[in-house]
Amino acid sequence: MILEDKLGTESDAVYTMLMNVHDGLSLEASHALNARLILILMNEIGDAEKITALLEEARSIPLG
Amino acid sequence: MAYDYAPFPYVVPPGLTATEPRHPVAIVGAGPIGLAMAIDLAGHGIKSVVLDDNNVVSVGSRAICWAKRTLEIFDRLGVGDRMLAKGVTWKVGRLFHGSNEVYSFDLLPEDGHKYPAFINLQQYYVEQYLVERTRDFPDHIDLRFLNKVTDHRDHGDHVMLTIETPDGPYTLEAGYYIAAEGAGSPTRNRMKLPFEGQTFEEHFLIVDVELPHSPFSTEDPERWFWFAPPFHPGQSALLHKQPDNIYRIDLQLGPDTDPKTEATEEKVIPRIKAIIGDMAFRLDWMSVYKFRCAKLDRFVHGRVLFVGDSAHVVSPFGARGGNGGIQDVDNLGWKLAAVLNGAPATLLDSYDEERTHGSAENILNSARATNFMTPKSEIETLFRNETLILAGKHPFARKLINSGRLSQPCSLAGMALQSGDHPMVGQSLTDMPMETGWLIERIKGQFTLLTLDDSVWPDLDDIRIVPLPKSDQSAAHYGSKGAFLIRPDDHICAYFNAPDTGALAAALARATGRNQ
Repeated sequence: MILEDKLGTESDAVYTMLMNVHDGLSLEASHALNARLILILMNEIGDAEKITALLEEARSIPLG
Repeated sequence: MAYDYAPFPYVVPPGLTATEPRHPVAIVGAGPIGLAMAIDLAGHGIKSVVLDDNNVVSVGSRAICWAKRTLEIFDRLGVGDRMLAKGVTWKVGRLFHGSNEVYSFDLLPEDGHKYPAFINLQQYYVEQYLVERTRDFPDHIDLRFLNKVTDHRDHGDHVMLTIETPDGPYTLEAGYYIAAEGAGSPTRNRMKLPFEGQTFEEHFLIVDVELPHSPFSTEDPERWFWFAPPFHPGQSALLHKQPDNIYRIDLQLGPDTDPKTEATEEKVIPRIKAIIGDMAFRLDWMSVYKFRCAKLDRFVHGRVLFVGDSAHVVSPFGARGGNGGIQDVDNLGWKLAAVLNGAPATLLDSYDEERTHGSAENILNSARATNFMTPKSEIETLFRNETLILAGKHPFARKLINSGRLSQPCSLAGMALQSGDHPMVGQSLTDMPMETGWLIERIKGQFTLLTLDDSVWPDLDDIRIVPLPKSDQSAAHYGSKGAFLIRPDDHICAYFNAPDTGALAAALARATGRNQ
């Protein structure tokens, strides 16, 4: 699976918003926010097959 | 070889012995922006006096990346060819994470432009070429070294300047006062104008070294950027070539370093050896920086006008400082000339509107790049590292990596001087080959009608007609029907799908501030 860009000219703005939403949080709170965000985004994707593929893709790259 | 910083001669100014006639324009600061301003005004027939407290060019390479649009402006000012000949043309950039190459990019894959996407050229050469170019306008440019402006007063119809020289102080009057003094602008401080924005806590070390051969794996000059390189753990690094076999190295140092101890040969030499390996080198210049992104709310204050770093400062990622300043000059020159020739002074409000917008865009881009490069929490570092890891495989993640979004001219769409809503209106010209030479050479700082088809326009006062040769390239970019009205600064301000002198006159009136 190769994931192409879908954010166009907004990619820098979107990345900045993601950083801003974590502003001022402890590491623990940030992890909680990330978990919450993933649950929300999964529901927004709304396609179990697609979500499965994305989860496998994320796991396929060796982790730290 | 090290650059020879020969001082420019000081000449006793006439104002020390007798009152000088009022100057149309005084430019304070003879850096690249002030000098370009004087040359641009001279090209429009406007006389200026340029006052600088110093008498040598920039010490150290400082601004080195000159973007395509800047080179096109310098072409009009008469130094573009010389800069291109001396400068290092590069277009391939490589980005590394640790010791792995994540991706490479080619800045301008398309041919058919006079100037490349970027050249690298030390600021001292740019200033030298500009100073030499001012000598071609002895009747229009009065360049005074060791003339330090210590005070100014806006009297409504002119500005009075107080100037210190080695022979004592004098005063002179100017119709307009342009502050081009750099980031520390004494004029801005004197006027107590707020200059607010974001300060970054990171220190960066900037070093120029002369090397006997290329440190890149190829002889072609490239731009190499590392996140967390093996030779500089946890930080970022940049390597770039300049003329004379000088290489620029930027190293992120972290927020808790002491600039005084970092900028010593003892500390710097081992760092350089870690990057370039065991190669003999000469240390040419070094400096430790912290960065700010800040701007004035307004660049026009009565008869006092701010350009370049006096008006706005950015972090260097994206090369938006020097390039942004030259675009200020490009935008202001023809407008100020028009006002001095009788156009309404409100035309200068459009300089304020257009360039505060341009500088805000530059600040946004350079602040985002700086934030990406200097994560300020564990979670930001985590996101940054995962982006870099994903980028090895996924194009979407490559696009999120931000080591500087390189300077581009901003769009002026929707602003006061532009007419209509054609999608090209507001954009700067994209260069095209002509039968001989290049499109950007044909505008010559004048309003120009660029015609795309064979429709016949009547002869027009004040507007030159330039037919665009038909080609696949020109059709793909500009289309093949109608005509564009081009401003003296090469921006498109109106489109007409058929000859219409009434509509053209209205667009021209609007673009010159006579009918808004």
